[in-house]
Amino acid sequence: MTYLKPLFRHPKLPKNKLGYTLKEYEGTISTLCAGCGHDSISATIVQACFELSIEPHLVAKISGIGCSSKTPAYFLGNSHGFNSVHGRMPSVATGANLANKNMVYFGVSGDGDTASIGMGQFVHVIRKNLNMVYIVMNNGCYGLTKGQDSATADVGSASKSGHINPFQPVDLASLAVELGATFVAQSFSGDKQQLVPLIKAAIQHKGLAFINVMSPCVTFNNNPGSTKSYDYVREHMQATGTLDFVPEREAIKAEYAAGTDTAVSLHDGTVMRLHKLAPEWNPEDRLSAVNAMQQARAKNEILTGLLYINTEFGDLHDILNTSDGAFNTLGEKALCPGEEQLQAINASLR
Amino acid sequence: MSMPQAISRPRARINNFVARFANVNGTGSASANFLFAKAIFRMGIPVTPKNIFPSNIQGLPTWYEVRVSEKGYLGRREGIDLLVAVNAQSMKQDIESVRKGGYLVYDSTKKLSPDLIREDIHYLGIPMMELANENFSNPRQRQLFKNIIYVGALSVLLQIEFEVLENLLKEQFAGKEKLIAPNITAIKLGMDYVREHFDYPLDFYLERRDLVRDKIMVDGNTACGLGAVYGGATVMAWYPITPSTSVAEAYEKFASQYRLDHQTGKHHYAVVQAEDELAAMGMVIGANWNGARALTATSGPGVSLMNEFIGLAYFAEVPAVLIDVQRAGPSTGMPTRTQQSDITLAAYASHGDTKHPLVFPASPEECFRMTADCFDLADRLQTPVILMTDLDLGMNDHMSEPFQWDENRKYDRGKVLNKEELEDMGRYGRYLDTEGDGIPYRTYPGTHPSKGAFTTRGTSRDEYAVYTEDSAAYKRNMERLQTKWETAKKIVPAPSLYQESNQSEIGMLFFGTSTYSSEEAKDILEEKEIQLDAIRIKAFPFGTETEAFIRSHKLVFIIEQNRDGQLRSLIINEMQMNPKKLVSVLNYDGMPITADNIALQISDYLKQKNAVPHDLSETLI
Repeated sequence: MTYLKPLFRHPKLPKNKLGYTLKEYEGTISTLCAGCGHDSISATIVQACFELSIEPHLVAKISGIGCSSKTPAYFLGNSHGFNSVHGRMPSVATGANLANKNMVYFGVSGDGDTASIGMGQFVHVIRKNLNMVYIVMNNGCYGLTKGQDSATADVGSASKSGHINPFQPVDLASLAVELGATFVAQSFSGDKQQLVPLIKAAIQHKGLAFINVMSPCVTFNNNPGSTKSYDYVREHMQATGTLDFVPEREAIKAEYAAGTDTAVSLHDGTVMRLHKLAPEWNPEDRLSAVNAMQQARAKNEILTGLLYINTEFGDLHDILNTSDGAFNTLGEKALCPGEEQLQAINASLR
Repeated sequence: MSMPQAISRPRARINNFVARFANVNGTGSASANFLFAKAIFRMGIPVTPKNIFPSNIQGLPTWYEVRVSEKGYLGRREGIDLLVAVNAQSMKQDIESVRKGGYLVYDSTKKLSPDLIREDIHYLGIPMMELANENFSNPRQRQLFKNIIYVGALSVLLQIEFEVLENLLKEQFAGKEKLIAPNITAIKLGMDYVREHFDYPLDFYLERRDLVRDKIMVDGNTACGLGAVYGGATVMAWYPITPSTSVAEAYEKFASQYRLDHQTGKHHYAVVQAEDELAAMGMVIGANWNGARALTATSGPGVSLMNEFIGLAYFAEVPAVLIDVQRAGPSTGMPTRTQQSDITLAAYASHGDTKHPLVFPASPEECFRMTADCFDLADRLQTPVILMTDLDLGMNDHMSEPFQWDENRKYDRGKVLNKEELEDMGRYGRYLDTEGDGIPYRTYPGTHPSKGAFTTRGTSRDEYAVYTEDSAAYKRNMERLQTKWETAKKIVPAPSLYQESNQSEIGMLFFGTSTYSSEEAKDILEEKEIQLDAIRIKAFPFGTETEAFIRSHKLVFIIEQNRDGQLRSLIINEMQMNPKKLVSVLNYDGMPITADNIALQISDYLKQKNAVPHDLSETLI
């Protein structure tokens, strides 16, 4: 079945700097369950790209397998997508990014796709600091195979069938910080106000930006006793602060109490302004971030917001010292050493 | 040649022998042994060295076998004429391996134990350790120069020209000139000892020829790495595994020399050591999807891991180049021994109905050329293409035709739509077969602001890349992929036939590194008046020439280096050939197949009653 959205556009829809309306950033109609948290995340990606005036065709959306990995079809219809194989989105994204460094890469994954089958690739793409936005739509269960526990399900959390999960959960955000991720955020699919600036900041961040988004499964994991239900997440969220993503040269409008503001300069000159609720936590200090996350965990709370950022580290292209253009535009002249060099190589082998 | 006949002894054999060196891994023997082989090459004489090494860094036995062949046969030959035994661990077995009447060169610093004495071979004891200890003070040097001493000794026994050795050492130590003199000293120690103690030369020795011409001596993996640079690969993603590791290393070495941006010094290439072979293949697919040429190199265990991704690339129609340097399986098998045993694995890698073009090089020159060609093939067919080489070809130096490149060659990127073409067309259908060859048009991400975007997927989709579970659309797609397979038959490398028209009702068919020994076996059989037609397969799927060859012979020997006759199975399966007329000639002990072995298996088979079936009506001669 093909879902197509109506082509009608309201004539007064607001336009961004490129002259595009939100419509230019939308995808096809979602085939996920009504009320799925994943659809809200798709909408925030649309909003963030629209607000940043990103050319949709210069975005690539790469995913693995599962409900979350289906979503790239539902946002940015003018961008190419690659719905690859289970747990292997990071390697495909790595290759794609190496081929053309001048695009924005969204890696979309789920908790099964990342914390179980794809754990190895998650770990190693973080180590490589690939320049991409890595979003996990985390619902603690395998929705597409009817609700089995995933590796992020909390101990004692009850599934719809009443099964109590006996295993320790994988805390993806803590793990990401531990592995040296240069941008780690956590949020909730129902909190668009927090998520849009986080995604915008993640896009502008040069390096791997990991966002773990609690995204309740309305069908299989929204029951009492589940720690990934809408109600539970809402009740246990603890925001670390508010984030304004402010491109350089624009006046910062938000007013914050003195002493709680952090301004973070990104590679392209833009500045992120972070208003912290917890003054003892410093998002540019790894120990402080780990400490805050562990404390929240001990209190059964979900810490949200930008948890850690490091703008010092180069991305994979910096590490490999690749040339400035995209590899996919290089022709014979740049790539082929030619017959004369080959004769010299032959001579050295005689 | 004005040399008087009287000088050479009646039984003398010139430029025709096998020498084997038995060493301990990690003692610096490799460079001494290579010096020996390269010197013969420099004297214009065809030579084939082979490393027989353990999966170990230091301590286990390792052998180096050098075949010298005036006739230019480059395969392995059975029977060792001369053995340099400097490894106590393997001494007994080494001595047993020398052919009757052959020679054993050993370190006589320590007396040989009586149980190692054979009456039917010659013993040439050289006090290598003693000479090294007397002349060199540094312990590491003593160890290294012991090896050079035996090269010096052999140079007299076998008549290697001293100037050739001297020049090779000068080239090797250019920039480290201090090392030249002690190496020359070591060579001379060996030479002098032989002159003072033995008759020389032996009854087989070397004589300068002009048979090498412009050929080069290089290993297949280096050639593959260079081929990938010439073929335009910008991304090499890999995971270390013997025997393929040196492909990635060679790619990086050549790329770091020839692929720098002239203004900035930055790299027009990326080498990524992935966390495993799965990720390596994922990166290759991602890069190719986004319009770069990318490759990976691995061996059988890596191909096993890559299966899922190979299926994705087949179904999503993403080009990819994979170099499989085969080793002895199954499982971890014998990691440092050779085989051609990934044929069925590679041909049908992944679940569902999948099949993949394979290319079979036989020489370093072909490794270079075919690697570059694989990128064109993969782009044209929009599918993974696997270069099937092996440890023997990949890790041993081979005498080879020189590398060549057509200065005017353009990369054939296949059917790719650019921005203007997308602009000028109606609705773009990624999987529309507009030309009837089964190959649809690609477009790279980022090409056009509003046209051409779609989701690439491993799930079923219609001609416009829209997800569908419609049976008819799924079937149409599978059938189009089959049409593409038929197209592949026409564009993969064609086989070589060794005769213009059939001369025999019996044929032999071979591929890859079985080629040298098969060619030699053909000659051996001809001497025994067994005439065979021959064909060398260079690719899968098989084309019409291969089919015609098999159909027009009553019996075809299929020579391969695996237990199960994998290529034979593929031939039966893909061309519906009668299994009765296809006879396997196999070798699967991990050592390169020899001509004697092939000739023996074929002549033994033909001795049977009714060896050639007469009831195969399709045979046309």
